[in-house]
Amino acid sequence: MRAEILVQGQATRADALVLTAPISFWGGVNPKTGLIADVRHPQHGVSITGKVLCLPGTIGSSSAAAILLELVSADLAPAAIVLHEPDAILLLGLIVAQEMGHATPMALRMDRGDFAGFIERELCISADGSITTS
Amino acid sequence: MALDLSDEQRAIASGSRGEGAAMAMRIVAATARLMGAPSLIPIASAHIDGALYHGDSGTLFAEKLVEGGTRVAVRATLNVGSLDLTGCSKNRLPAHERDMARRMMDAYRVLGCEPSWTCAPYQAGHRPALGSDVAWGESNAVVFCNSVLGARTNRYGDFLDIACAIAGFAPYYGLHIPENRRATIIFDVSATDPAFLRSEVAWPILGSLFGREIGDAIGVVAGVHVHPGEDALKAFGAASASAGAVGLFHVAGVTPEAPDLATALHHQAPQAIIHVTNEMIADSRRRLSTARDMARIDAVAIGSPHLSASEFDRLESLIAGRKLKIPLYACTGRHALAALEGNGRRQSLEASGVIIVADTCVVVTPILPDIEGAVLMTNSGKFAHYAPGNTGYGVIYGSMAECVESAVLARPVFGTSA
Repeated sequence: MRAEILVQGQATRADALVLTAPISFWGGVNPKTGLIADVRHPQHGVSITGKVLCLPGTIGSSSAAAILLELVSADLAPAAIVLHEPDAILLLGLIVAQEMGHATPMALRMDRGDFAGFIERELCISADGSITTS
Repeated sequence: MALDLSDEQRAIASGSRGEGAAMAMRIVAATARLMGAPSLIPIASAHIDGALYHGDSGTLFAEKLVEGGTRVAVRATLNVGSLDLTGCSKNRLPAHERDMARRMMDAYRVLGCEPSWTCAPYQAGHRPALGSDVAWGESNAVVFCNSVLGARTNRYGDFLDIACAIAGFAPYYGLHIPENRRATIIFDVSATDPAFLRSEVAWPILGSLFGREIGDAIGVVAGVHVHPGEDALKAFGAASASAGAVGLFHVAGVTPEAPDLATALHHQAPQAIIHVTNEMIADSRRRLSTARDMARIDAVAIGSPHLSASEFDRLESLIAGRKLKIPLYACTGRHALAALEGNGRRQSLEASGVIIVADTCVVVTPILPDIEGAVLMTNSGKFAHYAPGNTGYGVIYGSMAECVESAVLARPVFGTSA
């Protein structure tokens, strides 16, 4: 299948991490470890680093982009980010990271209903946004 | 839809106002393309959430903007930083982080932003006009600006807020478009206990429920017969924007775009009606507390969003000259602090055991002592939401009166009549 590219970035092959609840990156992800820090989140304690992070939605703070920029610059970012809909608050982190000279993960748009097929699968994402599972 | 830039906008992106402004315009334009905006619109002001230190990259970005003498093109107030520059409180940031946080705060001032250092700029003299387009960041400031002031802003994230302030333009989409400000969901509180609606915990608890139920949709609260006051709307918005992705709410008969329910709905049928029950309220209240040990408290924190002058009046009358056995952190901005200075009020609060925290707050920077298994009591839906993840403290939720009584007695006390 092929996803719409929201922000250009690096092609990747990585395990999917499908979150089952929306998350606020600020307060919800620790920028020094890449672990989900929100104690009320179902995936609390799980690392997003190097995963194809599938987000059913984002909530909360407008500092999400800052956390994503820190994750990118510390090599703790997800390998790719798949969103149900474009989110300027989060994806600004990637746009600014590129302005700062970093290589960034790709951001893609897909219907959240398609995320179920990615659970516990390894995904291969090409530069044109096509996604294959293995 | 292709983005149509004006000659002036294209010139800024090509460097007519320097490389900092060019980078800012590129970021604004990239966001406009991402969100499918057809054009950029001029903005009247900005509120900048980007000066809070999350790591070195944010500081380096701000310093890159400063290069070449870049300045903001519109009035821009600053949200909290990571340091209390007034010296009221101390934090435990290590030396490197403290230095980078200070550099970041300095960079935003050099860009021409006002050192307001508050998440309640709307109570510090920054109140854009009804119907004006602005670019505001910080989730509670955004929701207050849209909902209570009726100015038009999207939820501007870090970096985009300062980029818009420097460019003087913002992408035209979302809540800037009048039709998109229509409520589609009714949040009906008319069946709830009237005594609850009058209580001071009503609006943070309702806000938390509203945020979870509504997500990123626009809802109108119906069944409110008395204006709850600006501080209650502030607490409602902050709680709703931390539990959900709320950028705008209406309260029928209260907020400016909702003189009545039909107007808030733009005279269309709602997509859904949420009938709020007493059970939903009890559940929402329970969810605000996370502490396993409900018999212990180590600290009390209030002031998210920052305390107003009238909230300080209430705090003083609740303390009534007594000594607190547990430290009570009262987070505020310089606008409210100024009213406490010069007449002994600040000294008197501090003598009671209140620790005033200005320019910042206890969930964004390490001020609370590191204590294993510690418990924080708060009256703020927003503190309740963020304290566990950001401070490691478990949370007990209570009213301001319950918070003060608990601090006096050094144990959680519930059900004070105040």
